[in-house]
Amino acid sequence: MELSDVWFVLIAVLWTGYLVLEGFDFGVGMLVPVLGRDETDRRVMINTIGPVWDGNEVWLLTAGGATFAAFPEWYASMFSGFYLALLLILLALIVRIVAFEWRGKIDDAAWRRRFDVALIVGSWVPAVLWGVAFGNLVRGVALDADHQYVGSFGDLLNPFALLGGATTALIFLTHGAVFLALKTDGDIRHRAARLAERGAVATLVVAGAFAVWTQVAYSVTWTWAATTLAAAALVGLVVATRLRREGWAFIASAVAIVGAVVLIFGSLYPDVMPALDPANSLTVDNASSTDYTLTIMTWVAAILTPFVLAYQGWTYWVFRKRLTAEHIPPHAGLTFSGSVS
Amino acid sequence: MDALDLARWQFGITTVYHFIFVPLTIGLSPLVAIMQTIWVRTGDERWLRLTKFFGKLLLINFAIGVATGIVQEFQFGMNWSEYSRFVGDVFGAPLAMEALAAFFIESTFLGLWIFGWDRLPKRIHLACIWLVAIATNLSAYFILAANSWMQHPVGTVFNEETGRAEMVDIGAVLTNVTLLAAFPHTIAAAFLTAGTFVAGIAAWWMVRSLRRGDETTARDVYRPAVVLGTVVMLVSGVGVALSGDWQAKLMYDQQPMKMSSAEALCVGENGASFSVLTIGDLSSNECGDTSTIIAIPGLTSFLAKGDFDAYVPGVNELQERAEELYGEGVDYRPDLFVTYWSFRLMIGLGLGSAALAAAALWYLRRGRVTDKGWFARLGVLAIPTPFLAASFGWIFTEMGRQPWVVAPNPNPTGVDGVWMRTARGVSTSVSGGTVLTSLVAFTLLYGVLAVVWFRLMKRYAAAGVADSEIDPSPEARAAAPSEGDGPLSFAY
Repeated sequence: MELSDVWFVLIAVLWTGYLVLEGFDFGVGMLVPVLGRDETDRRVMINTIGPVWDGNEVWLLTAGGATFAAFPEWYASMFSGFYLALLLILLALIVRIVAFEWRGKIDDAAWRRRFDVALIVGSWVPAVLWGVAFGNLVRGVALDADHQYVGSFGDLLNPFALLGGATTALIFLTHGAVFLALKTDGDIRHRAARLAERGAVATLVVAGAFAVWTQVAYSVTWTWAATTLAAAALVGLVVATRLRREGWAFIASAVAIVGAVVLIFGSLYPDVMPALDPANSLTVDNASSTDYTLTIMTWVAAILTPFVLAYQGWTYWVFRKRLTAEHIPPHAGLTFSGSVS
Repeated sequence: MDALDLARWQFGITTVYHFIFVPLTIGLSPLVAIMQTIWVRTGDERWLRLTKFFGKLLLINFAIGVATGIVQEFQFGMNWSEYSRFVGDVFGAPLAMEALAAFFIESTFLGLWIFGWDRLPKRIHLACIWLVAIATNLSAYFILAANSWMQHPVGTVFNEETGRAEMVDIGAVLTNVTLLAAFPHTIAAAFLTAGTFVAGIAAWWMVRSLRRGDETTARDVYRPAVVLGTVVMLVSGVGVALSGDWQAKLMYDQQPMKMSSAEALCVGENGASFSVLTIGDLSSNECGDTSTIIAIPGLTSFLAKGDFDAYVPGVNELQERAEELYGEGVDYRPDLFVTYWSFRLMIGLGLGSAALAAAALWYLRRGRVTDKGWFARLGVLAIPTPFLAASFGWIFTEMGRQPWVVAPNPNPTGVDGVWMRTARGVSTSVSGGTVLTSLVAFTLLYGVLAVVWFRLMKRYAAAGVADSEIDPSPEARAAAPSEGDGPLSFAY
């Protein structure tokens, strides 16, 4: 196995970490208008991911940085090619991040409403667009001989990629509902569990269709294992949500996301960015950095990743208790009118 | 404007904007950690109040720094894909290391700090803010390693076959002498920013508390914070000056054009003076139309070589030398108006805030407090000064490197062929209209966020430590079934 293959796998691992972890963050944000009936509900929801969303998002930054370091050509072609889609994702992530931190800082209903909108839009947009982006990556895009993207933004909105967008949106929504059922108690827990049950069925149908389409049209034989794993996990998710086994349901939705990432990266390989004309495709070989750089980066990743997993895991342990309305202080933040004198 | 100009404007706007918030985060997180350490060690509740007061300001600021930082990592690929292809082998590594080694720690332990009040043991909770403080400073090291490589490429060879810069020595990249000077300079500037922020707000509150007749709070809570802030300002002011002096000497060797552009020196001379004020048309880059009003003899030579009589080459001479080395038909001179004034504003604003700190410390000597209105106003007015100095510093160092995005290493045994002009680095597959769309979108969004950030910071600063309640709901906490299961005191 070449070092560039190792890094292809590592980048798949980073995306897996990102989508599994930030997936439920997105889901919680997407569900704020659905499950958050009053201010206390909403604050319970947001606080379930409060301590972890920022650390979860770093998986994306690491995936981006690792792609730049290990596959500069891939980074350059993909980020300039998917320009407008990435722009929308960036704008969404920005408003979502400040919404987390700023929403509760002023005790005013109109203030909170604005940041609710930022949080909801900031969660839905990337949840859909990551799926669209991965769909296009698998399907292949218009690259010229210099690996420059020559298609348009409209080309990215094809039926296959849009189904990919629906898949990620549904799977994150359900993943988030399962997470909320696992991390809260009382009324909101039951409503989240009910919603997860319905979401699981919808995800099974849509994600199943996307997986089979990917498998049949764009993939290779061995990824049937990943497709089967994802499908089995989704069936397990339907069963577990019905039985209200919240821990198992969370494992099932996480495994389904892992299976989906393996399927996507498995069908890309040995390309990293397939072109519609296969001669122009960016591959693990022609897009990668030198062996020297890859060796350095392998050492860095091998040394640091265990620590990251350990302290991030510890965070989840520290905040393992279910949150309820009792944990939410009656007021958050200052009032704008509150005079200083 | 074409895609190149638009991409440059976008990079300038998003980067200067990002770096409004970053130095405050870098400097304020260790200061909050120090405040919390004093509280944990002495049990003195005044420092707990100060920790929570400045901690909330830190969090408001932290969020926008994180949010605008993501754009930085993505826009190399979006707007500068040819640059990314050329340098990715060497430039991507510090970026990936920054995420793995610093961002994970910073974000995870900040979450633990925010939500860990009353849930984590005191000392572990204190360790969390220290880890945040260390990681923010570490992240500065990695990103400056990347930037310093662009100023002075090392540890790299040019591969003619692939046309790429390829890394051969990561140690050289991470110990680039340009980086060893830029890191203390940037960190000291960040501490100057945070020290001014703490001192300015606390000074305003000290005066206000005295005027309200609350001498205890003025003397016991705000005065120590003013002293902490001003001492940090003084020490970091010295650090900024010393490291900046080192940088100027490196610049003379590594980027002589930038050094001469800082003085807008057209014709080389021995014992070049440092002009404090020049009028006329610097922007013409033609040199003839200016007259210097005030100048300090020999100072530019001293900055560049440590010798008041040393020879400093002029930009015209350097232009000819560059044409011989890198080809004719290119203007190798940066915009002299920008370099000349940004250099002066950086130095003036930076030294000015350090001088204010010295004056304030003297004024408050031996336990004095003051209720003078001008002292409060001066404190508040001082706050933006180091922010502006840092912005002008970046504008100088980045604009002064033009027309290069990767400046050539002048050392003949150095790195041959590893250079790139900015015009060559821009994405070729992205249209001007697309870049314009994102430029407008970012500028509008950033504008709105700046207004909200300012309102929030102002509101929280104006609340003072009195509203930084020690415990928002003591009854509920007492009634909680088990330790650490009460209401979240610092939650969203």
